Amino acid sequence: MATKSEISTQPAPTSAPVTLSKEEVLRYSRHLIMPEVGMEGQLRLKQAKVLCIGTGGLGAPLGLYLAAAGVGRIGLVDFDTVDFTNLQRQILFSTSDVGRPKIEAASDRLRDLNPEIQIDRFETHLSSDNALDILKDYDIVVDGTDNFPTRYLVNDACVLLGKPNVYGSIFRFEGQVTIFGYPDGPCYRCLYPEPPPPGLVPSCAEGGVLGVLPGIVGAIQAAETLKLIIGKGQSLVGRLLLFDALAMRFRELKLRKNPDCPVCGQHPTVTKLIDYVEFCGIRGEEASAPQLSIPEITPRELKARLDRGDDLFILDVREPHEYQICNLGGHLIPLGDLSKRVSELDSSREIVTHCRSGKRSAEAVDFLRQAGFRKVLNLKGGILAWSDDVDPSVPKY
Amino acid sequence: MAVKVIIPTPLRAYADKQESVQLQASNVGEAMEALTARFKELKKHLYSDDGRLRSFVNVYVNDEDIRYMQKDQTPLREGDTVSIVPSIAGGLQQ
Repeated sequence: MATKSEISTQPAPTSAPVTLSKEEVLRYSRHLIMPEVGMEGQLRLKQAKVLCIGTGGLGAPLGLYLAAAGVGRIGLVDFDTVDFTNLQRQILFSTSDVGRPKIEAASDRLRDLNPEIQIDRFETHLSSDNALDILKDYDIVVDGTDNFPTRYLVNDACVLLGKPNVYGSIFRFEGQVTIFGYPDGPCYRCLYPEPPPPGLVPSCAEGGVLGVLPGIVGAIQAAETLKLIIGKGQSLVGRLLLFDALAMRFRELKLRKNPDCPVCGQHPTVTKLIDYVEFCGIRGEEASAPQLSIPEITPRELKARLDRGDDLFILDVREPHEYQICNLGGHLIPLGDLSKRVSELDSSREIVTHCRSGKRSAEAVDFLRQAGFRKVLNLKGGILAWSDDVDPSVPKY
Repeated sequence: MAVKVIIPTPLRAYADKQESVQLQASNVGEAMEALTARFKELKKHLYSDDGRLRSFVNVYVNDEDIRYMQKDQTPLREGDTVSIVPSIAGGLQQ
């Protein structure tokens, strides 16, 4: 749980009349010569305070463009450390940053980009306990974490505080962008009153993201944020922008404020922050409960039995593109095809199923047992655990 | 009425990996019925056990949310596009 002592902010700037220095005039000249921004818009940017939650895929282009544009005060919230899998899309970080706290690497990069602005660092999980306190000092909030508990938390906190929330979300090749929490505009709960139960959202098998996608979506969030600050153009309030990078197509849907919305409607039932992890996860625990009774084998036990020459049939239930990354030489039937291809399996033999982490293969064991297979085991921890415990030459992904 | 139904990326795995399908339907309810009859796996992702559209899935006819039109009874015209838009989240759960 975060405590206030973990939150470091620099003192607020004094309230002297805001002007641009000679260096700032030079730095922002391409804004200043454009009438839509001009001196007035640039001074608005200098006085603006924007909170960026998350410094990852969406937060990277957002932070970079807001800092470059001269947003006077940028708050960053992140608790994570940089790892190698981040570098494919999180362009705030370099290979030499791996292992560093993201907040440190991000603020160093933004300070280097623009030393004229103030960076506030919040090295913490945003939670119901600290969100209102962290958000209250900012004009605009941008959520770049792209996970359900934080999204509902930020939505509700922004509605309660009356702050616009520039929203972006990505999945594989597809993105969504809009602005929630604007006066008289819809909020995220108007669109989706409840999160999906974890069992029904695509698992790691269908996940993944094209590295440039958060770059595009985060840059659109940055554009919307800058437009809100300078007060120009048509914002995305009331419009959900859908982007498909594979088709390279933008579409737009109308968003309406829901009069029955539990948080921003006429008779709100959510009037303070709740426990968002519970709100988003409670049904997930139910969904994973059957796995408790799934018979398992550990990677070390499997290795010992294979070395002993036991007759085991290895069934890999991942997708073909995952098999190409690494495999244990098993017979490949993706989980989604198992019901159609079950005849390929011999129920008299002992079968060990595996996937990447053990979740999909547990579903496969459950399915096979219901289909009458008696000797089926799940490889505990999947190919990741095999790499950790048996064969480190197998790459992890 | 020939209409196009756009299937979002997260649900394509349950719809034979198709991006969109052409269907004959005179209202949204019929279109969704025809769709889930063709792709049985889709049904549990779109509807709860009591037959209601799940609260993290919205359906649009062209750019309008059917919740603010006639819901399942929203009529379709030749060439309309029905979009299924679920909530998505690509980031890690903290």
